Amino acid sequence: MNIRAFLVLTCLWSAFAQAELSIQITQGVDNPIPIAIVPFAWEGDGVLSEDVDQIVMDDLQQVGEFRALSPGNMLSLPNEEREVFFRDWRVLAQDYLLVGKINRAPGSQLVQVQYEFFDINRELKLAGEILTGSVTQLRDIGHEISNVVFELVTGTRGAFTTQILYIVSEQSTAGQTVFRLEKADYDGQRAQVLLESNEPIMSPSWSPNGEDIAYVSFETSLPRIYTQNIATGQRRQITNYPNINSSPVWSPDGTRLAMVLSKDGSPDIYVQDLLNNELIRVTDHPAIDTEPAWSKDGQSIVFMSDRTGQPQIYQMEVGASSFNVERLTYDCFQCMKGQFLPDGVNMVHVRRETRQSPNYQIAVLNIETLRVITLTNTSLDESPSVAPNGSMIMYATKFGGRGVLDAVSIDGRVKFRLPSLNGDVREPAWSPFFN
Amino acid sequence: MNIKSRNVWRARIVFVSLLAFTACSSTGDTDEGADAEQNGAGSGATNTATSSPDSGGGQLTQEEIRAQSALRQTVFYFEFDIAEFKPADRDTLAYHARDLAANPNKRIRLEGHADERGTREYNLALGERRANGILNYLIVNGAARSQIEMVSYGEERPAQSGQMESAYSSNRRVEIVAR
Repeated sequence: MNIRAFLVLTCLWSAFAQAELSIQITQGVDNPIPIAIVPFAWEGDGVLSEDVDQIVMDDLQQVGEFRALSPGNMLSLPNEEREVFFRDWRVLAQDYLLVGKINRAPGSQLVQVQYEFFDINRELKLAGEILTGSVTQLRDIGHEISNVVFELVTGTRGAFTTQILYIVSEQSTAGQTVFRLEKADYDGQRAQVLLESNEPIMSPSWSPNGEDIAYVSFETSLPRIYTQNIATGQRRQITNYPNINSSPVWSPDGTRLAMVLSKDGSPDIYVQDLLNNELIRVTDHPAIDTEPAWSKDGQSIVFMSDRTGQPQIYQMEVGASSFNVERLTYDCFQCMKGQFLPDGVNMVHVRRETRQSPNYQIAVLNIETLRVITLTNTSLDESPSVAPNGSMIMYATKFGGRGVLDAVSIDGRVKFRLPSLNGDVREPAWSPFFN
Repeated sequence: MNIKSRNVWRARIVFVSLLAFTACSSTGDTDEGADAEQNGAGSGATNTATSSPDSGGGQLTQEEIRAQSALRQTVFYFEFDIAEFKPADRDTLAYHARDLAANPNKRIRLEGHADERGTREYNLALGERRANGILNYLIVNGAARSQIEMVSYGEERPAQSGQMESAYSSNRRVEIVAR
């Protein structure tokens, strides 16, 4: 349990954005796993600012695979192991049980959250520990408990302590458009403004260790690539080439940025070394080449090109001859914004099936079997970003005329939405794991 | 209709407008309006566009009126997924080019835009391709490269919000902005 990481992270949340996002589950699975999460007892004075058991419940239900029992239907309300009677939960047809209590840590301002997690059918305690942190870290502690529960039940590492970057544009009272780069928990909570500008901000992306970000800002009136350290806020302008400078994406080892530059006439893919600033040209074609994404091994880059007349997705090795290009998509009118899932075989992308219907949807192509699964059924879906555990894809779409962020499970069965209170929200970038 | 690559575009710069006459004959509602306005302003200018504005004393005033009228049009609209400007805008753009040639200290900025359909990065590139087409046409017609700055905003600065064709067609544009 890495509470030290929590301390470091949460100290950074100095400014909270007004426009927080809150989650709505728009589509769940048919047979979710029944889990009972008993309200945690608070044994200190006053009222806690966060409801830890509710945070865990929200986490597990948002990903759609769990259904939490309403506390009103519980036969008992245990807070620790000696109060648990498995038959109370078996008659309610529950598979799992989470109990806990919160105390003030002796002689400090910190709180201790003790939780225990049980398999009801096997009458077995699967996990239990005490997490200590400040009151402002209760959300982190809740998400950490969700990670433990999720991994024990599904076998997949939980991504509940990850974060997202996204762009918001909003009309100011003066009628001007204001652009913000924000960071929030994966569920949209605790949003923080990282950059605000009267000029567009685009293409946020994370460094592989989650400590730095890269993005495009038009603050000089021209699109230029910047990096920014999250902890210190220190910024660095990476590019100042003529014309388009866009789509910065960190290599898996964190030493290079793939990017798009049109300094030589048309947009092409380049790779810049972040230490010695050496620039390598990857593609060389008079058509539009853009939207680079690294392969898992960092040897090659997936990108979009309209060299055959319409956008399709291609792949080539960094440093290879520009003739040595492999085309990955064929059966769509336009296929764009390709990015491999952690398995390296499935590639999420934006897909427009036919010329006649300009609907853009999120789909996954298995490049070995060539099977395509279309995950969304709205028409203006873009900017897919994959959770680091590969379980969900967050993307931007329109709802009620405004930009919103949706997430869909990798099998398309579960969807949830992070609606914004203000402005257009877009270009989500899901963080890596932070430890 | 395929979007022509920039090199192909360059090579065919003279032919594009002829082709486009037949290829892009149907336009959206807003575009029709823009065309009508532009055609009204430049009516009868088609045949005289290539003649020198200072050729005849009697025609000068009329030609000046035409030029001023043409220079007032600073927004040029595009078809969906199409990077070539409309043939109807050719004469107006030629006036802009000659104005730049006649005023070497004048500086403009070409701002390319796209509607929101399609990915943001592709639209950024598409906005640049549209601005590039006009840039090349201005240079061919006498403007100096150093007078023109070019930027694409892609879909980031729509002229009109909303998910209807009227918004989309007013967002697919290149704007000439004085600097």
